[in-house]
Amino acid sequence: MVSQKEDKTSSVQQLIVNSRNQKTKKIVEKAMPALLFSAAIISILTTFGIVFTLIFETFEFFKRVSITDFLFGTKWLPFSGNEPLFGILPLIAGTLKVTLIAVVVAVPFGIASAIYLSEYASEKTRRTVKPILEVLAGVPTIVYGFFALTFVTPVLQEIVPGLKLFNALSPGIVVGIMILPMITSLSEDAMSSVPNSMREGALALGATKFEVAIKVVLPAALSGIVASVVLAISRAIGETMIVSLAGGSTPKFDLNVTDSIQTMTAYIVQVSTGDAGYGTTIYYSIYSVGFTLFIFTLVMNLLAHYISKRFREVY
Amino acid sequence: MVLDFKEEKTIVKRNQATTKPIADVAKNIVYDTRNLNLWYGDHHGLKDVNLSIYENEVTAIIGPSGCGKSTYLKTLNRMVELVPIVRTSGEILYRERNILDKNYTVEELRTRVGMVFQKPNPFPKSIYDNIAYGPRIHGIKNKKILDEIVEKSLRGAAIWDEVKDRLNQNAYGLSGGQQQRICIARCLAIEPDVILMDEPTSALDPISTLKVEELVQELKKDYSIVIVTHNMQQAARISDRTAFFLSGEVVEYDKTDVIFQTPADQRTEDYISGRFG
Repeated sequence: MVSQKEDKTSSVQQLIVNSRNQKTKKIVEKAMPALLFSAAIISILTTFGIVFTLIFETFEFFKRVSITDFLFGTKWLPFSGNEPLFGILPLIAGTLKVTLIAVVVAVPFGIASAIYLSEYASEKTRRTVKPILEVLAGVPTIVYGFFALTFVTPVLQEIVPGLKLFNALSPGIVVGIMILPMITSLSEDAMSSVPNSMREGALALGATKFEVAIKVVLPAALSGIVASVVLAISRAIGETMIVSLAGGSTPKFDLNVTDSIQTMTAYIVQVSTGDAGYGTTIYYSIYSVGFTLFIFTLVMNLLAHYISKRFREVY
Repeated sequence: MVLDFKEEKTIVKRNQATTKPIADVAKNIVYDTRNLNLWYGDHHGLKDVNLSIYENEVTAIIGPSGCGKSTYLKTLNRMVELVPIVRTSGEILYRERNILDKNYTVEELRTRVGMVFQKPNPFPKSIYDNIAYGPRIHGIKNKKILDEIVEKSLRGAAIWDEVKDRLNQNAYGLSGGQQQRICIARCLAIEPDVILMDEPTSALDPISTLKVEELVQELKKDYSIVIVTHNMQQAARISDRTAFFLSGEVVEYDKTDVIFQTPADQRTEDYISGRFG
């Protein structure tokens, strides 16, 4: 018996030692980190390349237009013959109008739906609704754009007197609808990860379900919720197709939401699809606008990151 | 339900008046369980449970894992309803009203019956906000009264001296034993009538366990306590009465001395002498 056992062991050990696999394994083990590293470095280098191009071309732009005119000018008239004006404020105003309307639409509905899904809905409902939300998040934004232009705007024109065909209100609402699933889904994740023991602790003190949701779950998940809102804002700022289709192309520095506007992204589309020649000031202006946009979204993303770290309620 | 703070105090005073040693028969019954049956789906979790819990006593519930002791405890404040497939029959009279009656609002019951859990579960808030949480949801907003409640509750849970200088720090910065006493203080803050404890020391080290046990002895002057424990020595040390559960049935329920010295049922004797469980 004993010898048989030893035989078996030694033979398996023998097979392992003899196996060619060992050599290939060693090569793979050595090559793998290098391969994985190069994959990682390619995506990082690409990002740096994009940012570098952006900065480089933006410098070209500022050789032609003074930086104070750009930052503080209240007129954006790049196509006006001899005296083009490049004040970014009207474009920023357009972007912020749309973003603000989107946030006003999406945040209350998003958080309310998240509370419903995480605290009230049955397991079955949650399992059905969550994938639908993810599908909604995957709808191409050009579809939302048509929806804004051909459905929401006509409906709104019935309600809001003096609403132009192109305006800030309609794309604002639709961008809000677009970021709604993102806020709902991420906030729901944050709330669901609050441990049940916390809910039980509050319920055992005689709290109602709603009090538990508002006074225990919501504060405990606040960092995740705020981060989801900030990320959604960042998406709203960068949103292009909806505002290009339904927002118009008239940059104005005011607070009017019923009139035609132009956002930073819509301007870039307008110039890119037009016939601005290479090397002209207009050509470089899209990089300066792009760079401004980049700064906005970068700040938002950093803010989301900071908030989710700094304000995390540890449990 | 909004509680009047002053009214609460008088109730406690009345409770204190009854703590003088009195004849056993004269003790007030807090909970009277009659023919309680409970099912988790098809599983018959509690079978014909009949049990009376007395005022200002510590009642221990012991038994092997899965015997229904925690389920019974959670039925006393209807936390068991958080599991959607639970069904019950029979009656649990709390102060002479059937809590299983659908008309009995669960929030009202849980305001009168506090609970301490197995794993300390403070809220991720400051120590102060943890204690003030209960009074606040029941409508007490006055800062001075809240300050008083917080100090009184923390003193009541024997943790005031350890935390009085850091009331604004997060409760999660405390040790496990301290967190559990914070949870007890949180429960005391609404001055309940009964405190249910679900294996409150099973996640704690021996020294913290000792502190909680001493605290339980102290608290029974003002409160009626039901404690589930898997630790038989603990039941023997701190309880006045002990119920032994097995497979969802109450095998034996008597004064703790009787259960541990002269149990009537062979199965009780086997369990407490460590032959199974």
